[in-house]
Amino acid sequence: MIEYALNFGFVCVALALLMNLYRLTVGPTTADRVLAVDTMAINAIALLVLFGIGQATAMYFEGALLFAMFGFVSTVAYCKFVLRGDIIE
Amino acid sequence: MPFFVEVIISLLIVIGGLFLLIGSFGMIKLKDLLPRLHAPTKASTVGLGGILIASMLFFWIERGHFTIHELLITLFIFLTAPITANLIAKAYMLLNVDPNKDLPPSKQNEGWATFDPVGPEGYDPSEEYKEKET
Repeated sequence: MIEYALNFGFVCVALALLMNLYRLTVGPTTADRVLAVDTMAINAIALLVLFGIGQATAMYFEGALLFAMFGFVSTVAYCKFVLRGDIIE
Repeated sequence: MPFFVEVIISLLIVIGGLFLLIGSFGMIKLKDLLPRLHAPTKASTVGLGGILIASMLFFWIERGHFTIHELLITLFIFLTAPITANLIAKAYMLLNVDPNKDLPPSKQNEGWATFDPVGPEGYDPSEEYKEKET
């Protein structure tokens, strides 16, 4: 039963990533693209956790934590660059 | 693994996946960036939260001992989501909003903070650097 739920979850996350990719390529403003990358990081974390459940190992958890941290840092760096023209002043 | 635990884990995964899908669908459905900022919050709270709780339950039943690893990710996402939303909104306003036409007057001596980095009444941040250099 968990296998069917996992397959459903994989399909949902894949569709969500495709929608984010659409917003990343089309997105009229720079801020739209930054928001799309931020949401993509969240979807990638969900994909990694689902894969970890499917394989029944806790190894992918560290990858998910790294994705969470780097997603946040990259979003803040992009926004700081747009706002101030520099990342570390 | 008992049957009702399997049902709970499966339900949490399905709900989380649906909310991730809804959050990303809002990204392409809504018209402007400021409404669009609202959509991914669904994905990052209920969507990711449901999947992480499912993972926590699964490894608890599978291994036999309880760990709160996954709560770290949830805590980190909950702490950082407002900061990223605020910074993205500020970047959008700086590039796409005209403070003279689109915003009401600030009713202060200085303008809105996003557009007026100099600050109140002739305070110039660059002077502090000059004092340090000399």
